[in-house]
Amino acid sequence: MVAPIGRRGFVARGAAGAAALSAGLWPLRSSHAAATMDFDEARHLLSRTTFGATPAEIRALEAQDYIATVDRLLASVRRNAVTPSPGWLNEGPAELQRQVQAARAEAAEKKTGVDGKPLQPERPLQEQGRELRNWWIEEMLATDQPLTERMVLFWHNHFTSSLMKVRFPPSLFRQNALFRREALGNFATLLKEVARDPAMLIYLDGMRSVARQPNENFARELLELFTLGEGHYSEADIKAAARAFTGWTVDRQTGHFRTRDNEHDGGEKTFLGQTGRFDGDAIVAILLKQPRTAETIVEKLWREFVSLKPDPAEVKKLAAQFRANYELRPLMRAILLSAQFRDPANRGALIKSPVELIVGTVHLLGLPVPEKTQLVRMMIGLGQMPFDPPNVKGWPGGESWITTYTLLLRQQFLRRIVEATTVASMEGAMMSSPQNRRIERREQLPMRSDEGTMQMAQPTAEPRPVEGRSLRYAGDEARLGPTLSGVDSATLLRTLLPRAPIDTVDPARTPGATVAAAMLDTAYQLK
Amino acid sequence: MGRILLLIELKGGNDGLNTVIPYADATYRELRPSIGVARDHTIQLDEKVGLHNKLEPLMDSWKAGDLAIVQGVGYPYPNRSHFRSIEIWDTASASNQTLSEGWIAQAFKGSALPKGVGVDSIVVDTNALPSTGPELRTIVMQDAENFLRQAQALKDTGGMKDGGNPALRHLLAVRQEINGAAKGLADKLRAAAAPAEAYPQEVLLGRQLDLATRVITARVPVVTIKAALGGFDTHANQVQPHERLLGFLAQNLAILRKNLIAANVWNDVVVMTYSEFGRRVRQNASGGTDHGTAAPLFVMGGGVKGGLHGVYPSLSDLTDGDLKHTVDFRSVFATVAQGCWGQQRDFGLRQPQKLGFL
Repeated sequence: MVAPIGRRGFVARGAAGAAALSAGLWPLRSSHAAATMDFDEARHLLSRTTFGATPAEIRALEAQDYIATVDRLLASVRRNAVTPSPGWLNEGPAELQRQVQAARAEAAEKKTGVDGKPLQPERPLQEQGRELRNWWIEEMLATDQPLTERMVLFWHNHFTSSLMKVRFPPSLFRQNALFRREALGNFATLLKEVARDPAMLIYLDGMRSVARQPNENFARELLELFTLGEGHYSEADIKAAARAFTGWTVDRQTGHFRTRDNEHDGGEKTFLGQTGRFDGDAIVAILLKQPRTAETIVEKLWREFVSLKPDPAEVKKLAAQFRANYELRPLMRAILLSAQFRDPANRGALIKSPVELIVGTVHLLGLPVPEKTQLVRMMIGLGQMPFDPPNVKGWPGGESWITTYTLLLRQQFLRRIVEATTVASMEGAMMSSPQNRRIERREQLPMRSDEGTMQMAQPTAEPRPVEGRSLRYAGDEARLGPTLSGVDSATLLRTLLPRAPIDTVDPARTPGATVAAAMLDTAYQLK
Repeated sequence: MGRILLLIELKGGNDGLNTVIPYADATYRELRPSIGVARDHTIQLDEKVGLHNKLEPLMDSWKAGDLAIVQGVGYPYPNRSHFRSIEIWDTASASNQTLSEGWIAQAFKGSALPKGVGVDSIVVDTNALPSTGPELRTIVMQDAENFLRQAQALKDTGGMKDGGNPALRHLLAVRQEINGAAKGLADKLRAAAAPAEAYPQEVLLGRQLDLATRVITARVPVVTIKAALGGFDTHANQVQPHERLLGFLAQNLAILRKNLIAANVWNDVVVMTYSEFGRRVRQNASGGTDHGTAAPLFVMGGGVKGGLHGVYPSLSDLTDGDLKHTVDFRSVFATVAQGCWGQQRDFGLRQPQKLGFL
């Protein structure tokens, strides 16, 4: 029997599981592939399968059997979110449209508030989008199974859909729920469901694709990005696939999937060398038989969880097994047990995404953030707006997360978060009142450099500049909450950083100063 | 020495046929019954083609002879994927070839740039690929003051070891670039005058061009600056959004031209637009257009020979419903590399076409 584990389990067992740390920091030789984990390997496993772990969470795994721990980790994946769904979930597009019209009409009357100033008009679509983003960030912080959310984020970045194009938040919420249901379920099921997912049908124009004029957008990305990859199909295959998916659409009243048989091209098609009267499901079935489909997924998981350089032999081997039934759990098990994953050389070899950086830091510090808008803004600034990937290829990730611009912005945000623990809060911005939300809404203009949407200027997407005062003093020492208090400086450093610090961190400093210095160290960008 | 190339990427694939319009061709109206630009919305340039009237702000430049329009720019075996096609353009590769270095970096291969300030290329949008490569020190910077203030907080990385970790190597290299650039830019940018005429602030392009103008007028010795305008992926109901984009573009370019003339640097700058592809000739059922191939691009500057260059592709001789390109984009790049920086490059073409715009 496999006992479920998760953040709550870790914390509960944390105090009891405190084993002594080995004396030296980051020993060069590690207990690589040993049956049980030491502190550093437990940290590595958690840093790759969660958003970052506290000392108690790491210690709960220390000296545990590695394989048994991986099995428990995979056995306890969630299929449903713990955070209650937003209230508008069951509203159809027609209802949203009605609200948008009503808001416009109200704005046209130019109502003024009690202070005589014009009232900021409600923007139902933007408001739902904001709630949707906040809801997911809340789930990432609240869940007892962060691996589930890491997988949901992975699928969101594979089967991309963007709110800016879709403009119907309930469909993106349901797509997100689909990614959670199959997070570590079955890829064949997931692919089949994604092809008829309303958000996807809107995002890649499938809903408009009809027999007399097939729209190739979904068919192209299905082959290029979701399954085979560039260079493994022809333009004729795209045209054939596009014809096969014609007639699949979204009901304008309910926002749910429906078929229109009279718009479907039932004629014969030749796709990847096979000929028949294929429909969409038949195309998906043919794609699942191709070795490249499994390899694409294995390579992508490797880059997400192991290193930026997938081992081609290992990928082929894992993909061959994966293709037998497309079950994701055994595949993830094989990846986490691989020699490459456990190789100490791969510790700290990946760069944290903005979502991992921000969610992980808040989790580590145990920072109470009742209002998530501020966190989402940081993610947007760093180039990862949840539910709005830059284009259908998703966030390229890896080294591209770090440019001269984003590295500086990361430092700036981390400084502000550290300050939020020293000063009362982020000037009230994290503890948002309804009044603040209204201000935030006003500031929330689209800002992306995105193919599908216009680039609009945003007055202060740029966070407020950090003042000299806080740079020099306030950020010097973090006030430690329950997640980090009572832990010695050496352990804190080993918890926060996957390798020795880049800048000198004075070992004699207080735990609070060590946390502040470690979070501002360049090595904190690594996982 | 040389001229600064100010690149403006039109993200998403600009519909060239509704930008520079083959108004005299009956096929145009036949294939675009509801989205084709009406004759009375077209500014006639010659007996065949005209500009969309939202581009009217560019007419000063056209009349002054410093706006060149290169027609039918594309490449053989066109790729219709956004990311792949922009990669082909940005790295000046053939359709079936993958290169990792940007074409501007390639242009400086083997030639030593004077290392006056810590930066050779400033990207004020987010896609830095054209100048990515070891030849150029490129920084991405959307706000000058913020950049300088933040850079001060990062210590110099001289002597720090990456321990064979490529992710860390990248992080340290970026830190090094920030330090070098900040040192070189601080005094010049803080002393730079505001542009003579303010840019409209409703699209990011206005702010990007504001910063670009300051960099140019402060005589920061960069070889290139890159900005971008997004939103050109017009698959559905495209008429109004596309018109708005053209309006934004023209308005901003016209102000840019005035500012650079006022600062007496218009001869030292070449402005060039580009996009990953044009769009399908026949409109689709959603009142939009799908990914296509060849399209025109604009080149402006005091040293530019204005007018129409290249040949407008035929609308009746199509490949898979798409225009056949008449000018290879690498010939355009070769002309720019020679005209801006005196670098003779063929970008893999056996015989780059001689284009007279620069």
